[in-house]
Amino acid sequence: MDMLLEALLSILTLEGLITILAGVTAGLFIGALPGLTATMALAVLLPFTFTMSPLQGLMALGAVYMGAIYGGAFTAILINTPGTPSSIATTFDGYPMARQGRAYEALAAATIASVVGGIIGVAFLLLLAPPLARLAVVFGPAEMFWVALLGLTLVASLSSGSLLKGLLGGCIGMLLSTIGVSPIGGETRFIFGFPALQGGIELIVALIGLFVIPELISMAAQGRGALPESGKLKGGAGSAILRMGKHIFSKPINLIRSCIIGQIIAIIPGAGGNVTSLVAYNEARRFSKDPASFGKGNVDGVIASESSNNVMVAGSMVPLLTLGIPGAPPDAIILGVLLMHGLRPGIDLFTETGVLTNGFILSMGFAALFLLPVGLMGGRLIHRIVVKTPFYFLLPSIAMVTILGTYALRNSMVDVFIMLLLGTVGYFLRLIGIQAAPIVLGMILGVIAEKGYVQTMLAAVVDPIPWLRLVANPLSIVLACLVVLSVATTLLPGWLERSGRMAKAKRDEEQAP
Amino acid sequence: MKFATTRWVGSLSLLAALGIPGMALAEYPEQPITYTIPFDPGGESDVTARFQEPHLEEILGVDVNVKHRPGGGGAVGWSEFQSSAEPTGYEMIGVNIPHIIAQPIMRENAGYETDGWKIVTFFHTTPNALIVPKDSPFKTLDDLVQYAKENPQAVTLGGSGTFSANHLGALRLEREAGIDVTYIPFTGTGPLPAAVQGGHVSGIFNYSMLGVQMQDNARVLAVASEERVPALPDVPTFKELGYDIVGGAYRGVAVPKDTPDEIVNKLEEAFAKTNQRIAEKQEPLGFVMTDITDEEVDKVMQQLKSAYQPILEEAKANQ
Repeated sequence: MDMLLEALLSILTLEGLITILAGVTAGLFIGALPGLTATMALAVLLPFTFTMSPLQGLMALGAVYMGAIYGGAFTAILINTPGTPSSIATTFDGYPMARQGRAYEALAAATIASVVGGIIGVAFLLLLAPPLARLAVVFGPAEMFWVALLGLTLVASLSSGSLLKGLLGGCIGMLLSTIGVSPIGGETRFIFGFPALQGGIELIVALIGLFVIPELISMAAQGRGALPESGKLKGGAGSAILRMGKHIFSKPINLIRSCIIGQIIAIIPGAGGNVTSLVAYNEARRFSKDPASFGKGNVDGVIASESSNNVMVAGSMVPLLTLGIPGAPPDAIILGVLLMHGLRPGIDLFTETGVLTNGFILSMGFAALFLLPVGLMGGRLIHRIVVKTPFYFLLPSIAMVTILGTYALRNSMVDVFIMLLLGTVGYFLRLIGIQAAPIVLGMILGVIAEKGYVQTMLAAVVDPIPWLRLVANPLSIVLACLVVLSVATTLLPGWLERSGRMAKAKRDEEQAP
Repeated sequence: MKFATTRWVGSLSLLAALGIPGMALAEYPEQPITYTIPFDPGGESDVTARFQEPHLEEILGVDVNVKHRPGGGGAVGWSEFQSSAEPTGYEMIGVNIPHIIAQPIMRENAGYETDGWKIVTFFHTTPNALIVPKDSPFKTLDDLVQYAKENPQAVTLGGSGTFSANHLGALRLEREAGIDVTYIPFTGTGPLPAAVQGGHVSGIFNYSMLGVQMQDNARVLAVASEERVPALPDVPTFKELGYDIVGGAYRGVAVPKDTPDEIVNKLEEAFAKTNQRIAEKQEPLGFVMTDITDEEVDKVMQQLKSAYQPILEEAKANQ
């Protein structure tokens, strides 16, 4: 406990607090720009921390990480564009809310959820790191395969309307993910003779193309801004925050569930914030009393997505700090920083350099707290800009930022062309009812499922029936059952309804004559 | 005055001959240098470049901008560099062995050639290390080899990538020891610690750095270097144990083929000095610092090509 107190004192200096505040602010704006992800934010700001002490450097990066994951929610809500992959699920209900003139409510809900999520993640890390870390290593290739399939069952619930179109979208996404060098085996696939395609289609490039470009085209076609003019606040900003605070804390089940999901997925190496928020969103919808309202502006969807992805920030450091396993891509950079300062993940980190480590962990809690003022003020500012700017200025500016963001991702013009092409195709797909979300889902999870399946099969080369390895231990059996259950619970109600309706129609027919 | 004129005329004719627009050699460098890393941020190549950056800047007196161009296991960055970089000394790119040997052999369209540039230096190597879980029944390399002999294909060895340093290391172990193991590629070093600690594989073939990092949770059976790795003094080399396996990843930096020798020499010197300064920080992590330049580069390339080519071609024929 002494160590914790000492750590607390070491960060509670004017310099420390300013570092955190600056980190959160910088992260927030980088995260809000489509194309600039949390990983990029950390990589870009890394050199600035070289001149700092190890603790101050880690504090700054932790704060940037926290801010960036949260910042993605702004563009998700205001212009239907996930700023980082972690906020894909935020667009589902955030943007419909904004279109209904409830943008600030959505932002307030996202902010409160992020703050709570961030703090809960820190609490998990501080109190439960060793037992949770053990969980990280039980997820092997077979388990990852089932986790990916579990995520893919989301397609059914994301495709409001036609299941077939949802599945089609998912398949398109999985096919897109196979372009480039295969993750296992190293063959180049579908590169059509272009060396540049060896890099494949980067998720973020597809994300920007499929989400932003169709939105921009439809804005231009309809001559409208991102948000309706009526996007004024009912009863002012203060009351929106209070209302959302009351909504969240009066029914905390959604928040608690999302945080637990966030923590569990954060620990699994290879599944980042994007999977986290999608799964949390799906579960929020499944357990809701009114699942039909999801996708049409239900604030619970925003809360589930944003709370779970901010739990991930500190949560994914559980395996990182204890075992040296990065739980999410940005953690790889944090690991680099630790090593650079001669800090080796493991027990030493919590004993010998415990003050430093605990200081770092606590500073992430402060960073989460700072999201509240920074986010609410920044949110008002960005909200006002998006609503007040005439669409003929707004539209080209967004287009410009997305192109720059796409280029900056890998310094690649090819990526920009891929983004524009996918966007144009995405616009027409949207017109025929195939949404961006299932496509992106297919891209994210297709790769994870492929890796898990192939690795499992390779390891089972000596077994008489190789595929039995997929259900060889209790955890994979449980996950497999969850997949079946998830498919059943999403398909069954619709099927029952249809067969019930058919039976009723039959009765009506019989009664008619 | 006369000297200045001849120098001016000399460099002008040289410039004309090489077709470089407006660049005075004598003052190199006088503008920022772009240092491309063809991998994602956070990996070994990136971390090293971050270590080097401030020292290179101080020694060369100009800004050195590290830029990432990831994709295709490095191939995207390398193919772009070979097709478009100018031989001015202001563009350089990190190169890794065995990637640049294996990719052009294994792929139809790698988009670059193994020798399509001038390699300035290999500044360090990271030897392969064979790591098993702490509770593994394999206490020594001999245990593992013995078991693999009795149970072909039953030993699963994870590693980073296909036909990578790790994969080639595993293939060489198979040849040297006369065993048949199952190599399971993972994407990058990231997921490997979990694979070992969770017992999802019997062991992993990865770099010495991971061996250092995982001291608490795993056991390193052997390292594939000439001499013991300073950061792992208790771990024997494969050579000591009777297997002639020396290999791993070599990291270096290359410039376009026609870059003038003066510039190459200046960069060699800068990297050598930088290496001395960062050795203190990198060695404890498990890196083995080297200063391989000029003819030695060719020698190393030749040696590794002849070691890897037969293995690669055999693998390609089996595909």
